[in-house]
Amino acid sequence: MIKEYKNTAVKPEPKGFPWKQVVGLFLSLALTFLALWVALGLSLPVPITLTVIVGLAIIQALIQLFMFMHFTEGTDPSHQMMGIAFGLFVAFAMVAGTLWIMAFML
Amino acid sequence: MAASSLSDSDKRKNMPLEYTTEEGDLRIVGFWIFMASDLVLFSTLFATYLILQGSIGNGPSAKDLFEIGPVMAETIVLLVSSFTCGLGTLELRRHNTKGLIFWFVVTLILGLIFLGLEINEFYVYSVQEGAPIHLSAFLSGFYILLGTHGAHVTLGIFWVICIVIQLAQRGVTPVTARKAFMAGLYWHFLDVVWIFIYTAVYLTGMVI
Repeated sequence: MIKEYKNTAVKPEPKGFPWKQVVGLFLSLALTFLALWVALGLSLPVPITLTVIVGLAIIQALIQLFMFMHFTEGTDPSHQMMGIAFGLFVAFAMVAGTLWIMAFML
Repeated sequence: MAASSLSDSDKRKNMPLEYTTEEGDLRIVGFWIFMASDLVLFSTLFATYLILQGSIGNGPSAKDLFEIGPVMAETIVLLVSSFTCGLGTLELRRHNTKGLIFWFVVTLILGLIFLGLEINEFYVYSVQEGAPIHLSAFLSGFYILLGTHGAHVTLGIFWVICIVIQLAQRGVTPVTARKAFMAGLYWHFLDVVWIFIYTAVYLTGMVI
């Protein structure tokens, strides 16, 4: 059995308006609509459009990671940071490597 | 880390409730490792989709098929649900069980709306537009990538329902706090994956 108990040693977060979450929401919405405008509103060359919208997506992912996901918390956050960094490396190698290799095949 | 003279158990005493036990602390790290592996799973599906995007055979292309209206509705619903889930985690940190349950229920409702919109989108494409999964390689890649994300959201909805029930029964304890925190991380993670689907599938499909 897992022992459950009420812990009163931890200080609760202060009351007040959740600024961090609201700012995160508005930044996410702004970046989403900015990407939409860049893709469909502007008629930039396709490679530039793709670079810009992927850049905006990465910024938005970082907003989620740092403003909502408490990425830097824990007794030793370097553990999860190494895990996520390795996951990102493998994901990047998978997508970029596949596109690169298949560019010679198609 | 070596720079700190405090032991891990001393540090835990001053941390939010979900980290106060060694088990909770380790399980949260383990959950980050799971999310890293899930990221790799999605990267393989993204790579497959991007390669097959142009292989449309006799079926419609991405440009013919996609409509921006329903896509924006799904995106905004999921972004707002990530926000309400973040408010839930904030109430968890305030040890406010009622506030936490309220925001988790709002998140669940938004998650169900998102799923309904996605199922409707699949129905419109595969039945009304006559573009089912087996018609072309592009469509296979599309339905499998989005379907995997939708399956994750469905699982997340069942998971959060279970956690809401436990919170109602037990209140915020170190164990339920850890579960609620991890479910919140999972929900934000699904939003991150959707951001890349929105960009790499929908916007890219309408540009190229």
